[in-house]
Amino acid sequence: MKKSTHLVRISIIGLIILVIWFVVYKQLEPFSSLLTYSLFGIKRGSHLGDAVQFFAYDTPKVMMLLTLIVFVVGMIRSFFTQDRTRKYLAGKRETAGNVMAATLGIVTPFCSCSAVPLFLGFVQAGVPLGVTFSFLIAAPMVNEIALVLLYGLLGWKVAAIYLGSGLLIAIVAGWIIGRLKLENWIEDWVQELRAGEAAVDEEKLSWRDRLDRGKEAVRDIVGKVWIYVIAGIGVGALIHGYVPQDFMASIMGKQAWWSVPAAVVVGIPMYSNAAGIVPVVEALLGKGAALGTVLAFMMSVIALSLPEMIILRKVLKPPLIAVFIIVVGSGIIFTGYLFNLII
Amino acid sequence: MEIKVCGPGCASCEKAEKVVEAAIAAKGVKADFIKVKDFQEIAKLGIFSTPAVVVNGKVKCTGRVPKQSEVEEWIG
Repeated sequence: MKKSTHLVRISIIGLIILVIWFVVYKQLEPFSSLLTYSLFGIKRGSHLGDAVQFFAYDTPKVMMLLTLIVFVVGMIRSFFTQDRTRKYLAGKRETAGNVMAATLGIVTPFCSCSAVPLFLGFVQAGVPLGVTFSFLIAAPMVNEIALVLLYGLLGWKVAAIYLGSGLLIAIVAGWIIGRLKLENWIEDWVQELRAGEAAVDEEKLSWRDRLDRGKEAVRDIVGKVWIYVIAGIGVGALIHGYVPQDFMASIMGKQAWWSVPAAVVVGIPMYSNAAGIVPVVEALLGKGAALGTVLAFMMSVIALSLPEMIILRKVLKPPLIAVFIIVVGSGIIFTGYLFNLII
Repeated sequence: MEIKVCGPGCASCEKAEKVVEAAIAAKGVKADFIKVKDFQEIAKLGIFSTPAVVVNGKVKCTGRVPKQSEVEEWIG
């Protein structure tokens, strides 16, 4: 009884906060115009005015979206642990396993340095190599922060395209790697490893604990990425204000066939937070860059990161890493062309 | 007492180390505090998600940063 009234109170407070959040969110655009053109007195339609207004609108908007989504995802993730995901995938066959692994890759808490222990655990539990790769590709590629920012800044269609193509690449690339039978390109010590899994008591979480997880995630993630966001919006604002209309069409437009692979190659050594890359994407699109090219660039920056490759080198022999990069890179290039073709 | 914190050295792992150090200090226990950074050694302990905390050979938590109060309970 007491527990349920507690839950009701939490829900009511949550709802009130959500309503206030929404009302404030709706005021951001008029407020940014007021700030730029009336308060600062910058001329409407000037380069500086465009840039400042972009910055003044996007900064609070992105930060508000980010806070909300990180909180919600932090709570959702308290239901999923890597151990639980692994146990679940252990009994799965390929194909269906690839689909499940890619989907779980989105919601399971993951950071690039946990990739190696996770990989070891998957191999140990008998999860097929291809299924393991579906997870390893989807986890960084379909980033919940990027997803929500795309929704907020560019609409649900772009967000859905990103989600769908990211999942598809993870599923198909994992499936191909599975078919190639590359098990002997895993480092030998991994195959010889025959440790049983240590028994750990599962922690029991109350709703209050899960709320705390959400708050911790906000403090952790927003506290870390805000600087990337501001930098990203700064670059976006400059592009928005000063780059001539349709300038990007010539180098990142549909006609420039070479721009998709070029975007992928340029994206590999670049490492940015998903939160920082989306404002840049928004500005590039506004200047005539093609959606497929820009998405390819974004996916390459997020999914093919050099630091992760270096960490994975500890368990994978170089040819397998090369196959990984080629398969995922081709998938991204294919998606880029596909969207340039159909949109 | 022997306390191991397992993790390759990312942000969460460092946080777990700090939490455990603080718990040891708060409890005033005498403990060997060992950081295990090698993947192979971590895997041999049967740990497949990091950070993880091991007290006297018993794995107490994996894949998350524990709260200080939890760690104090484990070592108290």
